Amino acid sequence: MTPNMTYTTAIFYFLAAILVLAGLRVITARNPVHAALFLVLAFFTAAGLWMLLEAEFLAITLVLVYVGAVMVLFLFVVMMLDINLEHLREGFWKTLPIAGPIAALIVFEMVLILGSRHFGLEVMGTPAPHPADYSNTKELGRLIYTDYVYAFELAAVILLVAIVAAIALTLRRRKDSKYIDPAEQVKVKRNDRLRIVKMQAEKKPGAEEGKA
Amino acid sequence: MQNLDWAVIQTVVWTLIKIMTIVVPLMLGVAYLTYAERKIIGWMQVRIGPNRVGFQGLLQPIADGLKLLMKEIIIPSGANKGLFILGPILVIAPALAAWAVIPFTDTLVLSNINAGLLYVMAITSMGVYGVIIAGWASNSKYAFLGAMRSAAQIVSYEIAMGFALVGVLMASQSLNIIDIVQGQSGGLHQWYIWPLFPLFVVYLVAGVAETNRLPFDVAEGESEIVAGFHVEYSGMAFAVFFLAEYANMILVAALTTLMFLGGWLSPVTFLPDGIVWWLLKTGFVLFLFLWFRATFPRYRYDQIMRLGWKVFIPITIVWIVVVGGMMQTPYGYLFH
Repeated sequence: MTPNMTYTTAIFYFLAAILVLAGLRVITARNPVHAALFLVLAFFTAAGLWMLLEAEFLAITLVLVYVGAVMVLFLFVVMMLDINLEHLREGFWKTLPIAGPIAALIVFEMVLILGSRHFGLEVMGTPAPHPADYSNTKELGRLIYTDYVYAFELAAVILLVAIVAAIALTLRRRKDSKYIDPAEQVKVKRNDRLRIVKMQAEKKPGAEEGKA
Repeated sequence: MQNLDWAVIQTVVWTLIKIMTIVVPLMLGVAYLTYAERKIIGWMQVRIGPNRVGFQGLLQPIADGLKLLMKEIIIPSGANKGLFILGPILVIAPALAAWAVIPFTDTLVLSNINAGLLYVMAITSMGVYGVIIAGWASNSKYAFLGAMRSAAQIVSYEIAMGFALVGVLMASQSLNIIDIVQGQSGGLHQWYIWPLFPLFVVYLVAGVAETNRLPFDVAEGESEIVAGFHVEYSGMAFAVFFLAEYANMILVAALTTLMFLGGWLSPVTFLPDGIVWWLLKTGFVLFLFLWFRATFPRYRYDQIMRLGWKVFIPITIVWIVVVGGMMQTPYGYLFH
């Protein structure tokens, strides 16, 4: 084993330990905000692992999209909600009969896929490391826009439909909101708001007193 | 084996030295940016600005720093202690980490990576966590309101900012920041500011919004929510937020310089390229930040959202389509 290999292995175990711990804390943390923050840590560490796999585009995108945007909104919602922990824990025993088999199924699937019989070193072999100037981003872009262009476009259209649907479902005009149209505001002229009255600065002595 | 260990230690020490040579001038830059801000805004408002400590007030930032260092850090009794302390750290860490890939000249860079621009975007997008955590952990309504405003604002403007960068990527065909700058070589008229002018404006304004600077500083909004997310912070903990804000300002200015203003390249071909140009251009963009602050009144919150979602995002999308379309025509060279 070369020293370089031991170095990356050490980093892998370091990140993997943090990832497993963070993942555990996501489901065990009592405070939902803490749980969400551990999920952020889990994403960030997973990005580090992907970086070790030379998938820098996926790693950075995971941070950019999930850590930088999705989890911010998630935290936003979790912080705003008034979550009653006792109420959340009530359903544990009731949902266990359904949740248990599903969890077992997931574990079984993972063993099936990740088991060494089909994807072990004997079967797959170690992928050759790429040279330093290899651009994972460029290769990924090339694949998406050539070999998988239809699937990619289809996914994009489905996402667009989802966005439009989400907006259409929540769009409503409130009658009582004091919404101001900025275009109207810009169009306002001086004469709409202000009337200038011409009058003399000083009264002529004796002019008003006569009336009074 | 002995030799190899020595090599590893040498690399680590050497990298640490390089990091220090970036961070120390950066922190000095932050200190004197606060001084420049107070002086320039003073002059713009026909005042003198700080002039008591040292010659022309030049020691004022040092005095401010010392004062904040000596002050007690008060942790509110209702605060979530761990997260309260984590907040400022999570704000300053990304602000400094992003500098790892910022080149000063074509050879003077800590880490010249292929996906440099993506890295900067990903790292800067994490700065918002410090603000949110600080606001939430303070257990104060004002701080929480500031944090929520900041989160919504940063997420909104990041989209426009990202799209503006997509335009730069299309023009330069690279994610490497050094390659992006070298794509602009050949004089003033080759800079990406000309073909990508709408994106430049969007990027600059979104940068002001991302750094929570006036006129987009609703996260602090003195007149509405006292000091926003850092209302409960005192002493050095507060100073760390301050340092991070100014370090981020310098970062956005540097990125604007690198992506639209040709970085370290000289504007005319008969003068040599060099770090001087980088400093001059970044200084000019920073001056714009201060100028904005002295000129514009604070935006109303709904208008900030409108500007981000309904004006900037459509502008960037349209311009990306224009750039992409023009590249297929004989005039495509104008966009490279």
